[in-house]
Amino acid sequence: MSDSTNTESGPKTPTGDDWHRHSRRERLARYGAVLGTLVILAVAWRSMEVNYDYVASAPREVGDLVARMYPPDVAYTTEIVGPLIETINISILGTGLAIVLAVPVAFLGAENTSPNRLTYWFGKFIISFTRSVNVIIWALIFVVLFGPGALSGVLAIAVRSVGFTAKLIAEAIEEIDHGQVEAVTATGASTVQTFVYGVVPQIKPAFVSVATFRWDINVRASTIIGFVGAGGIGVALQTNINYFNWSAVLTILIAILGIVLLSEGISAYLRKKVT
Amino acid sequence: MIRVEDLEKVYDSGDRALDGVSMEVGGNEIVAIIGPSGAGKSTFIRCINRLTEPTGGSVWLDETEVTALGGSELKQARRDMGLIHQEFNLIERLTVMENVLSGRLGYMSAWRAFRRDFDAEDISRAREVLDRVGLGGHENNRADELSGGQRQRVGIARAVIQRPKILLVDEPTSALDPETSIEVMDLLTEIAREDDIPVLINIHEVDLAVEYADRIVGLSDGRVVFEGTPEELDEQAKDTIYRGGESREERDAAAEARDANAGGSDDRDDGLPEDVTQRTAREG
Amino acid sequence: MATHSNPEYDGEWHRPTAFYNRYVKYAVYALIVGFVLFSIWDLRVSLDRFLQGMSAGATLVSNMLPPAATPSQFQLMVRGVVESIVMSILATAIGVVVSVPVAFMAANNLAPKPVYAVGRGIVSVTRAFHELIVAIVMVKAVGFGPLAGVLALSFKTVGFFGKLLAEEIEDIDVGQMEAVEAVGAGKLHIYIFGVLPQVIPRVIGLTIYRLDINLRHSTVVGIVGAGGIGITLLNSFQKYDYQFSSLIILVIVCLVIVGEVVSAYARRRVQ
Repeated sequence: MSDSTNTESGPKTPTGDDWHRHSRRERLARYGAVLGTLVILAVAWRSMEVNYDYVASAPREVGDLVARMYPPDVAYTTEIVGPLIETINISILGTGLAIVLAVPVAFLGAENTSPNRLTYWFGKFIISFTRSVNVIIWALIFVVLFGPGALSGVLAIAVRSVGFTAKLIAEAIEEIDHGQVEAVTATGASTVQTFVYGVVPQIKPAFVSVATFRWDINVRASTIIGFVGAGGIGVALQTNINYFNWSAVLTILIAILGIVLLSEGISAYLRKKVT
Repeated sequence: MIRVEDLEKVYDSGDRALDGVSMEVGGNEIVAIIGPSGAGKSTFIRCINRLTEPTGGSVWLDETEVTALGGSELKQARRDMGLIHQEFNLIERLTVMENVLSGRLGYMSAWRAFRRDFDAEDISRAREVLDRVGLGGHENNRADELSGGQRQRVGIARAVIQRPKILLVDEPTSALDPETSIEVMDLLTEIAREDDIPVLINIHEVDLAVEYADRIVGLSDGRVVFEGTPEELDEQAKDTIYRGGESREERDAAAEARDANAGGSDDRDDGLPEDVTQRTAREG
Repeated sequence: MATHSNPEYDGEWHRPTAFYNRYVKYAVYALIVGFVLFSIWDLRVSLDRFLQGMSAGATLVSNMLPPAATPSQFQLMVRGVVESIVMSILATAIGVVVSVPVAFMAANNLAPKPVYAVGRGIVSVTRAFHELIVAIVMVKAVGFGPLAGVLALSFKTVGFFGKLLAEEIEDIDVGQMEAVEAVGAGKLHIYIFGVLPQVIPRVIGLTIYRLDINLRHSTVVGIVGAGGIGITLLNSFQKYDYQFSSLIILVIVCLVIVGEVVSAYARRRVQ
């Protein structure tokens, strides 16, 4: 419906002073859609049973909070170095483990390499299931299994990332140019060699960009899994919030902003390097 | 020397691509296989090193029955047959050097292959071969940076460095312009003479076949319908290969009659390449 | 056959690397391996603990199966799911409305330099923080409950939507804008008649996409107290009621998958 000039499907009424952008049916459909959206919004709002006093005071409360945060607690900086490093460690190990787990899943979930229909659907199932459960839920589960700490965080990040990573690698595998594989076979190379020369170079760019991209996402995820006890800077953040140490909270938030922007930069640089 | 006996290929779809093809190629002769598209030319080449599995008949490389080999023996036999592909099939993201040396993979362990730990002898030979195909100094270029003609030269170098007993060439010029095609054909002929190996080449451009081949085999519907020297490939032979025996005049008359019936539809499904049509028209 | 090795040709060859030379490459590899080893050491991951966890896993799975809920739990769950859906709808609406002006600010072809910097800044900051961090702060600001969740998700929507819409605005056809300007229209009129019509189909597509993302997030912000099914899930874990937990997780997975499918279908219809 992007035709704003509208010459062909123009006015249906012949009288010159009555012009509309759309035909009557289109207009009705539009009004219906807008009305429907408004009704849904109204019903949604009503069902929240919002206390309007809270809503009215929300901007002031948020402003108040920001005011109490400033200035950041500079002295606290030294204490968060450890948790920050742990956060980055969790993101790296989680991503690394995810890749190791994702490779076999990707070969199962790619139509041209999966041994049969059953394994194909099994691969697809792992991909969509691990992707659909949020990292914080995985963290909850792993904290129950392995106790609080970074190990649970690593596993949560890894399992959550398997589906995403495997899906993209599987897509790269499905797009392989079979001619190149065949050419290596024709030289009398063994199966492993054919894989190393015919397949690996073709999926390597996808592999590297998926890994760095996912690592970037995982740095963000590692900052919050501490809320359920799975290690990283999130533990310190939650503690300080519970004790209303707002200036320390701001220090942590700035630190998080720093590592997130840094990881984004590194990941973008690496992806550009490997094409 | 390669000997093919009664080779047959029936695809799962029921298509009979090869229907008892026999031939022998040896010495340092260049044998060209011509025929309309769909005649089974590519299938034939691919059945020789069993990239496509034949459903009947046998292939012999010297005293070895290639069609009877399994697993690692087949891989060994493949090392002795250099294949040059229609679409080059280089490993696009690897360097020219790696592409050429991939021809030596059959002679090294998987671990060394993974580490790109090639024999010094292979490396110096690769440089020599690259020089020979006119690509000296390009060894560190990635294959996807090269032009079509250069890629096909890398493809030839990859086959040559295998030290094959025969070169199998599948439509080497179909993705190249006419000038580059001639360069590539010159190069292939030179290699056959210098390395003293036979070349079995599958080609749809009849004039190239006539110019470069010592012997021409005509394939039609999966059968050998012509075999002889380029001089023996006359109009009648071409009619046999491309039109199932009908002469050009008969064919045209039939087509006209059909066109008249169908109201002048331009339907010329004779599988005849454009350049052949022009040639025959010119000569006739 | 010319098969002998020719001494004229160099027998040494090294693959060119993406790094400056192969020593740098090895150094980078060593650094990566070293860092991973350090990470493992730093996190005190021991095989023993890992194996313990694996056996605990078997117990947990058997405790989780089959997923089940008492009638009152079931009611609680339904209420949580509905609340999550409602939160995502409201947050999307609020976020989109707020992000339209932000997007105009963050588009470098329309906004003057200082405004552009502010717009970009808003987009970067709102994007950088994970939704749960925003949620936990919002909970402290406005108290427990779905309102905090709606605010947190709206905040995240602004970053996402502002960025993508700004890119869309940067790609618009300037000619249409100039045509409106040429008839003597004011700045606001130019935006409304020259720019908005060009980006509206994308706005609708992105809104549906963001609704899908917000639905996912609305199921977890409850873990920090910001409303939705997440609170119920956290409680079930704390009460060791794992059969209920597994039911909730299953329901969330279904909700997410249905959301994804519906959103993909709707976006295809719109575009």
